Amino acid sequence: METEFTPVASLFGGGLIGLSAVVLLAAHGRIAGISGIVSRILPPSVDKAGLPQGIIFLIGLLLAAPLWLVLTGAAPVQMVSSNGLLLVIAGLLVGFGSVMGNGCTSGHGVCGISRGSARSIAATMTFMATAFVTVFVLRHVVGG
Amino acid sequence: MHVFSTLFAGLLFGTGLILSGMANPAKVQNFLDLFGTWDPSLAFVMGGAIMVTMPGFWLVQKRITPLFHDVFHLPTRTDFDARLVVGAATFGIGWGLGGFCPGPALTSLPLAASGTLFFVPAMLVGMVIAKYTAAPLPKSLAV
Repeated sequence: METEFTPVASLFGGGLIGLSAVVLLAAHGRIAGISGIVSRILPPSVDKAGLPQGIIFLIGLLLAAPLWLVLTGAAPVQMVSSNGLLLVIAGLLVGFGSVMGNGCTSGHGVCGISRGSARSIAATMTFMATAFVTVFVLRHVVGG
Repeated sequence: MHVFSTLFAGLLFGTGLILSGMANPAKVQNFLDLFGTWDPSLAFVMGGAIMVTMPGFWLVQKRITPLFHDVFHLPTRTDFDARLVVGAATFGIGWGLGGFCPGPALTSLPLAASGTLFFVPAMLVGMVIAKYTAAPLPKSLAV
């Protein structure tokens, strides 16, 4: 299904994500990588020192959509596949892969690239490549 | 201030994801669909974010310590290993399949779309499995 190209909203939204990462680094010296923040508070090795800050950051993240609804009067627009099996597989791969690869779109894609990290640049190129291939197969080979 | 800054950062991050359209998996998948209904918006999201983080990080790191802590917790590894590449490749496949990565999926959780309610618990399980299968990970996990 087509979605509207939104260069201005996307640029400003991206700017807010960047600002969040700068605030987190300035205040707490932490990288705003969501997979890292989440996985650090999961077993088996819970980072007790970082636990409160991690949970507070996630509460902020979870409050964004309800606040958006209150301020704009409309829920954020989204189209999520209702194929439960597909999304369980996708979730497992995203969770497993982001922890194994030490980062996701935010940690490697935004923060890592900004720091000029060669590891993050390699990781971003790798996950972009497999994601492009996956969507091609999903939409034009399997679904075509 | 300490707690507020963290809460504010989380709220900013989620709001940015919503405003940018990245909380909509269809928009992410359309970015990845070069030969179909291509929507280049995601490139503008990354561009907008990096335009702020690049100068922002540089400025922040002129300080010796962060505002509320003694040290910066920055990743220090520079080596390439199989875990980085295999992990990233696996992550990319899941990202393409669902159109969700961790931030947007968690931001979408209160909207309670059925697909999100399948994705998020599976993602958390995937993370725990990866932690169990890994050798003790260095602090730089927090990339």
